[in-house]
Amino acid sequence: MGMTVLNVVISGLLMGGIYALIAMGLSLQYGVGRVFNISHGEFIMVGAFFTWALFSAFGVNPLVSLVIVGPVTFIIGFVLYRTIFSRLRIKSPSPAAFEGSSMLAAFGILFIIQNIVLAIWGANIRGYTYLATGVNFGGAVFAANRLVTLSFAIMIGLAFYIFLARTRLGKAIRAAAQDPVTAGLMGININLVLALCFGFGALMAGLAGTLVSMCYSVDATMGLGYTIIAIIVVVLGGLGSIPGSFFGGFILGLIGSIVTYIEPGLSLAAYYGIFMLLLIVRPAGILGR
Amino acid sequence: MGRVIFHRSFVVGLLGLILVLLVSLPLYHPSTYVLVLLTAIFMYIVLTLSWVIFSGPTGYISLASAAFFGVGIYTSAVFGKVISLPLVIGIGALASFFLALLVGALTLRLRGIYFSIFTFGLVVLIQQLLLWWEVVKMHTRGRFVIVVNNTTIYYVMLIILVVLMFTTYLIRRSKYGLALQSIGEDEEAAAHSGINTTVLKTITFAISAFFTGAAGSIMATRWTYIDPYIAFNPLFSFLPVLMAIFGGIGHLFGPVLGATIFGYLEEVLITKFPYYYMLIFGTILVIAILYLPGGLVGLMQKWQKGDLAGQHGNS
Repeated sequence: MGMTVLNVVISGLLMGGIYALIAMGLSLQYGVGRVFNISHGEFIMVGAFFTWALFSAFGVNPLVSLVIVGPVTFIIGFVLYRTIFSRLRIKSPSPAAFEGSSMLAAFGILFIIQNIVLAIWGANIRGYTYLATGVNFGGAVFAANRLVTLSFAIMIGLAFYIFLARTRLGKAIRAAAQDPVTAGLMGININLVLALCFGFGALMAGLAGTLVSMCYSVDATMGLGYTIIAIIVVVLGGLGSIPGSFFGGFILGLIGSIVTYIEPGLSLAAYYGIFMLLLIVRPAGILGR
Repeated sequence: MGRVIFHRSFVVGLLGLILVLLVSLPLYHPSTYVLVLLTAIFMYIVLTLSWVIFSGPTGYISLASAAFFGVGIYTSAVFGKVISLPLVIGIGALASFFLALLVGALTLRLRGIYFSIFTFGLVVLIQQLLLWWEVVKMHTRGRFVIVVNNTTIYYVMLIILVVLMFTTYLIRRSKYGLALQSIGEDEEAAAHSGINTTVLKTITFAISAFFTGAAGSIMATRWTYIDPYIAFNPLFSFLPVLMAIFGGIGHLFGPVLGATIFGYLEEVLITKFPYYYMLIFGTILVIAILYLPGGLVGLMQKWQKGDLAGQHGNS
């Protein structure tokens, strides 16, 4: 019994690390920028595909790919914000109208990115083997790549938290999240900050994609599932709360691993069930303001 | 004034002519391709218009279309072999209607984006629960649907479409449509002026689901085999939104135009260039949101107004 509990908890934490990273990215985009980015998962997919392509074509170590995938997804995100979302933000009569139209634009981006990848790499499921050796963890055995994934997810998450808490740009982002108009009056270039936030969100998704590809197979339609998980975690952790998203990710990972242990076929249904219940009972989230 | 009346009677006459042509079409023995293509276009118009009935005036972006469509499809798969076709369609439509009443009652507190997420969650929740039920409990996946001939499917879809268009028209003209519009403008103000916003929203949502469910029940008979992934395909939640926005939500013919263009494009492109079709789809969605706030119909109205202004300038 003790063994199974340990097993369930550890695999929950391993999954939770990735969820946390993905959710932090979406939290930046939605919590600060008010862009309800349905295409968030596509950046994960792009990150995963890049890593796979670099590994299988040139034998690039996936950990090295982190340094390549990060800037690429950041630039894609930044440019998308500058060309599409900032224009929508200026044109929208109200914040609610912006949320609606940005969500629909993100749907369009979802289809564009997904089908570009499909046109280049096709619909096959891809994968590669990296650090697949087993590691004994107090009696429970886990693949080494999952432990690497978890430690990198925690490191990236912490690094980002420190960036937000300690740097001037981080302070500007937090100010923009609290009150964009006043932040603008205080001399913060709000358009630039929001575009940077969107870029950073895409970057976190891209890095998560690289980490995902180390443990799981990769295909062009994998994005939406992760987007949904990110949405659930962001709502669970409270909109706009970066630490909330971080811990919410681990909580959802644990819930998922418990449900998978009891009834494997129902894990996704359980996520949605919990999420819909949460929306009805407590729309502000568990750790929300 | 004279011009407006001429305009209206002209439109009614044109619609009547189109209707007569469509009703008599199967008598000329058209190819299966034409019948199937037209049925698909009718289906998209039904999905889009039903979406617009609720989401158009209220501004609540519902992504539940695929859930109601899927409920209709499954009704057809479960009851199709036991009871007659009209009854199957009625049950499918009513099942969707009551599901929408339930969802509407649950989500009354949710606004804006939360409503959209909830309705989308509904699609995947039903899909996953059904899949689990079939695979784990029943040890089968999917079902076969009883086959109905193409002409019957064509006529049923046409009837659903005509009833839906008439309903949409009546709602828009009525006090009830005005109340819905006012919810979209300012929900607080609408509530304060004596509109029971919750009841109104829920009922309209259910009416919209009724037609989507009916369309699902008849379309299922064309697919012979269905499973939870086919029946509850999230694409059926996104497509109506895109078609409506592209065509224009402000006018009754906007969604019809959008659905017709995309329904045709899909039939032509999807088998040959599936990825490029979806790529074009995404690109048009982004462009329409950025540059066509009123959709195609909005664009046409703008041109017309521009012409009129030009005439006034001359006179």
